[in-house]
Amino acid sequence: MRWLARLQMKITMFFRRGKASARLNDELAFHIDRQIAENVAAGMNQEEARYAALRTFGNPALLREQTRSTWSWSWLESLLRDFKYGARTLRRTPSFSLMAVIVMALCIGAATSLFTIVRSVLLRPLPFRDPDHLVMVYEHFRAAWANTGPFNYNVVSPADYFDWRSQTHGFQDMAAWRWWQFNLSGERGELPEAVTAAAGTWNLFPLLGVQPAVGRTFLASEDHLDSNVVMLTWSIFERRFAGDPSIIGRQIHLDSKPYTVVGVLPKWFTYPDATVQVWVPYTAPGPAEWIHHHDWHQSHVIARLRPGVSLASAISQVEAVQYRLHMQYPTAPVAEDVVPRSMIDDLAQDVKKPLLILMAAVGCMLLIGCLNVANLLVARGAARQKEVAIRGALGAQRFVLIREQLTESLLICFAGGAAGVLLSFAATRWLASAWKDLPTAESIHIDGTVLGFACLLVFAAALLAGLLPAIWSTGKSVFAVLQASSRTAGGNLSRTALRKSLLSIEIAITVVLLIAAGLLLKSFVRLRSADLGCTTDNMLTMRYSLPAQKYDKPDKVNSFNETLLTRVRALPGVRAAAIGMVLPGAGWEDDDIFTVTEHPPLKPGDELPDALNREADPGYFSALQIPLIEGRFFTHDDRLDRADKVIISRQLARQYFPGEDPIGKHLHVAAKDKRSFEVVGVVGDTLYRVGEPLKATMYFPVLAGDADMGLSLAVRTDSDPLAVSVPVQKEIAELDPELPVSDVLTMQQIVNKSIGNSSFSTTLVIAFALLSLLLASVGLYGVLSYLTTQRRVEMGVRMALGAQRGQVLQLALFDGLRPALIGLVLGLGLSAAVIREIQSMLYGTRPLDPSVFAAVACTLLLVAAAACAFPAWRASRLDPMQALRTE
Amino acid sequence: MGKPIDLVQGTLDLLILRTLLPEAMHGWAIAKRIQQMSGDVLQVQQGSLYPALHRLEQQGWIKAKWAESETGRQAKFYALTAAGRKQLETETANWQRLSAAINLIVTEA
Repeated sequence: MRWLARLQMKITMFFRRGKASARLNDELAFHIDRQIAENVAAGMNQEEARYAALRTFGNPALLREQTRSTWSWSWLESLLRDFKYGARTLRRTPSFSLMAVIVMALCIGAATSLFTIVRSVLLRPLPFRDPDHLVMVYEHFRAAWANTGPFNYNVVSPADYFDWRSQTHGFQDMAAWRWWQFNLSGERGELPEAVTAAAGTWNLFPLLGVQPAVGRTFLASEDHLDSNVVMLTWSIFERRFAGDPSIIGRQIHLDSKPYTVVGVLPKWFTYPDATVQVWVPYTAPGPAEWIHHHDWHQSHVIARLRPGVSLASAISQVEAVQYRLHMQYPTAPVAEDVVPRSMIDDLAQDVKKPLLILMAAVGCMLLIGCLNVANLLVARGAARQKEVAIRGALGAQRFVLIREQLTESLLICFAGGAAGVLLSFAATRWLASAWKDLPTAESIHIDGTVLGFACLLVFAAALLAGLLPAIWSTGKSVFAVLQASSRTAGGNLSRTALRKSLLSIEIAITVVLLIAAGLLLKSFVRLRSADLGCTTDNMLTMRYSLPAQKYDKPDKVNSFNETLLTRVRALPGVRAAAIGMVLPGAGWEDDDIFTVTEHPPLKPGDELPDALNREADPGYFSALQIPLIEGRFFTHDDRLDRADKVIISRQLARQYFPGEDPIGKHLHVAAKDKRSFEVVGVVGDTLYRVGEPLKATMYFPVLAGDADMGLSLAVRTDSDPLAVSVPVQKEIAELDPELPVSDVLTMQQIVNKSIGNSSFSTTLVIAFALLSLLLASVGLYGVLSYLTTQRRVEMGVRMALGAQRGQVLQLALFDGLRPALIGLVLGLGLSAAVIREIQSMLYGTRPLDPSVFAAVACTLLLVAAAACAFPAWRASRLDPMQALRTE
Repeated sequence: MGKPIDLVQGTLDLLILRTLLPEAMHGWAIAKRIQQMSGDVLQVQQGSLYPALHRLEQQGWIKAKWAESETGRQAKFYALTAAGRKQLETETANWQRLSAAINLIVTEA
């Protein structure tokens, strides 16, 4: 029952502390009175008896303190007292406190936001059943070109997937999906809409462990060509069908073909991303021969590991199958190897590196913030040196003194942390919406774990910022302090040494950040000024896709396209219009291998010639201002059966026709019904995406009349291109009211889209670096002002002895610049060591770019000099008499 | 009679518990009793007595009650609890072992 008694005691002591205190006084008074009474009985007079009693009793205040300290909750009491003292000292210097709190709020806020995003993007398990057992499997070519960037993980061909699934047993199951695009037209006159779709194998949802919110998923028997079932994602279900479950069993029209809705996916299911509106069975969209192709790379394969089978052994089985396929089709692009990647990495691939770099930048900024607060606290410690020494001499324990100083930094960090967390609520929301590439952006929010992380951060920051100064300022012997403070002429060397080394570290970290920011900025500028190879001014673009159901003859396709071009060209303000398949800068989209008929056949093992596959109408190149280098553009005569012409890019000519004239040669393209195309022209190079290297490109006549791919309309205008977007869309709607257009963008917007994310992370890193520079310069200013005040007397003596103002100025400047220089050298060395990490984010810039290093060094020195200038100037303006008298 | 000696470290708790075994007492009386029973050899410093009493109380080995003292004034009387009795037995046994051991060494020499 003792615990009960103790609990009772604890409760009493917590709630009735004031009464207990009064009772303690009574108790001690009683003791003294009894002692006095005894002394009187022993023959002393009243006065003597009282003194004798008090003498034996000792210091009643101390006794009371010691007794109180045995009570429960005394730790809480002393903590509260420390906080009270801490708050009081902080209130006395509001500008210092406010500044420190703002610094901590910014640092902790930024770190919390970044952690929130890192957690939901990189750390939080995917919402699927047993997500650790899910891996993506890709093809992998051994050729050198395939070992860079996006080609490390090559999407899979359908026939490869089917062979993997049927011929290996290492995985429990394998599923596949590919992107698709549909025109969704309304049955009752609603607006047509181009929807992003995905085609997934029937076993995809069971494999992921996804239960539909309404209805069912696909059946194995529904996964066949021209299957007409569809699943809706939650977003289109709510948006277009008003969340009405009776949609199940009803029909919707995709590409003018009726599909029956069998199920609706749950709201949380946004894989592969939130743009997907509908799912159809994998093999449903066709074309018919598609599933037999080992060289049409489009699909993403998800595999679930069988319990007890290692990933390596499961993959090696798939690898064996794939290598056999490669040997079987030596002239087709069938990869030699396969390569797995965890699903979470697969989703985060584009943002992982920038995120980690941002996280590192924020970490550096937090460190700088802590060092800054530490530095400011050391300065305050210096001012309170005497007080601390005397309290130590009077018997205060060192631990108590350290704890007291620590509460000060704890208070700063608490206030900063609270403000920072509030800040990060806003910042996280902004980041999640502004950062376009983030997967699972909708699940990013601050939760308990993140708050826990923030608390941890606050404590770590408080320890870091407070412990060093506290240990430093309490570790001195009383004599040393009192002696030193009796003649401050020389200043306190050890303390300034601490402050200077803190400062050097701070500056070194700032230099690393600045260099990273500088490199990113430089590559961003390069990216912005990269030449796309065609005009980007006053260009409006939009996409549409003619459904094969309705446009079943090449003549119908051509007639639509040619009528559209004629009508658009006649619009006021339009200078030129063109139709192509994929415009420059809009992405990789499609490539095909080819052989040159006139060249000797390839030997096995030779690299297969490969080029981007584009289409163009006769006016395409002049409308986009892509220069003709040789030969001719397409004419209106290159159509239908006579469309066996091809125009190649300069890169293709350089790469595959070195030292010969390509005009009149023939490209044999297996993917285009094994037909041969005569090269009629060579045109200038265009980039398929800004920031990516050049790729050989072939253009086929759009007037061949194939309708299987989406088309892009490009319109060059006199002035603001967006002004013609509505008239152009009206023309399309008049030609075919059921045809939706999508991606209405200016060419500049397309370019910005591909550099947008790099601009985003670059801006953030630059912001963090500038903030760090500001913090470091504030630190420098603070240290130097403190130093010059400490050396006032010395300076006064020097000047009284005849030193010139210029010399004093030099002395003070040098004093401040030395830690800056040390930090700069340290930072440059550190950068050279670690900056390679961001290589993959750079474009047209080397990690060890001398101009960036030089620019950062100059900036830092300038800022440091500016921060030192004012205190140094003040030192040189010192009146020697005044300075000597103040002592 | 020599100079009163300070208590051996850690024995004050034992002495207090032992003193309180027969009856409840207030602080002053406890100090007096220890001094008397030790033949004026042991002198308890007030500086350690009251913190010790409060600590024992917090731990639930003794309990306190305000009552009228022999002089008619209100005083805080401490009494052993059941847990305190047990603790006294443990500490007494410990003490006996310790002092016997020390005795062995000291008298051996």
